[in-house]
Amino acid sequence: MSIQVQNIHKAFGDFVALGDVSLDFPTGELVALLGPSGCGKTTLLRIIAGLESADSGRVLLDGEDASDTHVRERHVGFVFQHYALFRHMNVFDNVAFGLRMKPRRERPSEQDIAGKVHDLLKLVQLDWLADRFPAQLSGGQRQRIALARALAVEPRVLLLDEPFGALDAKVRKELRRWLRRLHDELHITSIFVTHDQEEALEVADRVVLMDHGRVEQIGTPEEVYRQPATPFVYGFLGAVNHFSGRLEGEGIRVGDALLRHVAPEFKHGDDVIAFARPHELEVLTDDSVAGGVPARVARILSFGVTARVELEGLNGTGNQHFEVELSSEQAERLALREGQTVRLNPSRLRVFAR
Amino acid sequence: MSRPAARVLPGFNLTLGYTLFYLSIIVLVPLSAVFIKTASLGLSQFWDVVTTPRVLASYRLSFGASLLAAAINAVFGLMLAWVLVRYRFPGKKLIDALVDLPFALPTAVAGIALTALYAPNGWLGSLLAPLDIKIAFGPPGVLVALIFIGLPFVVRTVQPILEDLDTELEEASASLGAQRWQTFRHVILPILLPALLTGFALAFARAVGEYGSVIFIAGNIPMVSEITPLMIITKLEQYDYAGATAIAVVMLVFSFLLLLAINGLQAWTEKATGRNR
Repeated sequence: MSIQVQNIHKAFGDFVALGDVSLDFPTGELVALLGPSGCGKTTLLRIIAGLESADSGRVLLDGEDASDTHVRERHVGFVFQHYALFRHMNVFDNVAFGLRMKPRRERPSEQDIAGKVHDLLKLVQLDWLADRFPAQLSGGQRQRIALARALAVEPRVLLLDEPFGALDAKVRKELRRWLRRLHDELHITSIFVTHDQEEALEVADRVVLMDHGRVEQIGTPEEVYRQPATPFVYGFLGAVNHFSGRLEGEGIRVGDALLRHVAPEFKHGDDVIAFARPHELEVLTDDSVAGGVPARVARILSFGVTARVELEGLNGTGNQHFEVELSSEQAERLALREGQTVRLNPSRLRVFAR
Repeated sequence: MSRPAARVLPGFNLTLGYTLFYLSIIVLVPLSAVFIKTASLGLSQFWDVVTTPRVLASYRLSFGASLLAAAINAVFGLMLAWVLVRYRFPGKKLIDALVDLPFALPTAVAGIALTALYAPNGWLGSLLAPLDIKIAFGPPGVLVALIFIGLPFVVRTVQPILEDLDTELEEASASLGAQRWQTFRHVILPILLPALLTGFALAFARAVGEYGSVIFIAGNIPMVSEITPLMIITKLEQYDYAGATAIAVVMLVFSFLLLLAINGLQAWTEKATGRNR
């Protein structure tokens, strides 16, 4: 089932949580709402679920206006960050809850409920835990039970609010792979909220980036990572180095240095800000080669597959922090020392107006 | 050879010894004195004293009114706690403080105030008199006084549990299609039940032993509105100490059994609601 939100506006006092947000979630996709905390992503999810109401705007479920319906009439499955399992019920009763609360004429027999609950527990691979209480489960198990509980009422859409936020890194990684597989099996339209870009890029079909109550960019993980639409998106999706300067002919003047870059969308003399990822910076130690921004090596972290070099800008880029990622071979060849002065030359730049 | 288990917290022996000593002096010795004094009566004498019709009527009133008052307090105390925890409104702090007033007020003062209000010529009593409803000077007056003194117990035991109750649980329940009352019945109430029972037990225990506030409003009509503590006082005033302690023994045993039953129920609900897991 498709979800559309149209011109949603929501303020808490003076704080605008959502400013005129319109989005389209197509049927069967797994979409991530990604952004820093306080960007309005959870509020948007709660408005779609009906747990919160918008000041203005509409929520359409399957093309029908659902703005004024209660959460229990929207048939959405909601999964909470802190699981919200009923601690006085065992796993079986938790999953059966939604079925047992149905009005008598729609309620399945206890036998059918038992069958359905066991199917769901098998789906989340936890049918051996049916008699346990939530307090006896690990965080990852609890969240899987919470998901099974939400799926029991056959929701039209699945909404997950930071579903892995309370779990440790290893379990989180495992569960997000598992969620992806589950979605490929069920194909239920799903939206999940996260502040972890890696999680969003890895799991979702489509990513919606939000900041300060506005949508910054929508696209596939590939698109948003390769072609960030705004400086915010660029900065949020990974480590970043930035150069503030002015466009001069076929380059960008940063302090005393000129970085070669052709940017036809800007005019000569425009103030711009340019971004490069750590692996897109080349370290030049040879004074005979021209170009690049001067910097001093502050720290070399050479464990792992790649070596990371932290540098401090010199001259026009004073006090600025740079981060470069090198392959181990490159690092060995350069034989950098802490305190050494080098020049940084970006192999790829993404330029925005300043 | 086994090594004595090392304890991290010091002073276990000292505190345990002190606790037992203290309990003995303050609670056990006076209580056993009650039993010893009663023993000066023969068994048949004892039976005669504690089963006179007037005393039997007083048991019915004392225990019946106390249970009823505790039950009423459980319902309205829960409501009051709910309002205090869940809503914001002007004067909330004041109401919160008012709840404790029955703790602090000398019970005789409460009794006189209630009597003045509910007497046929009092503010409320005069309104009720034309309707043929008589509160003061009868069993209903006893009930009113017992409700008054028991109110804080339920509110104060339920309030912290309610504050800890995550609203996400209610949201989860609603998102699963549960109606409001289903959420209350199946999600909120089971979590609150152990605390509610504790509050009920405390309110009940307090009501059974209450004397000061009841005595003014009850009217103390033999066979109708005499509470058991009054029967004990009456015996004392006639210098019938053994008779007084005999009735006290019956009260003690009754109360003990009832509290034991309530505690058992509470332990059972705690187990059933998974609190100890």
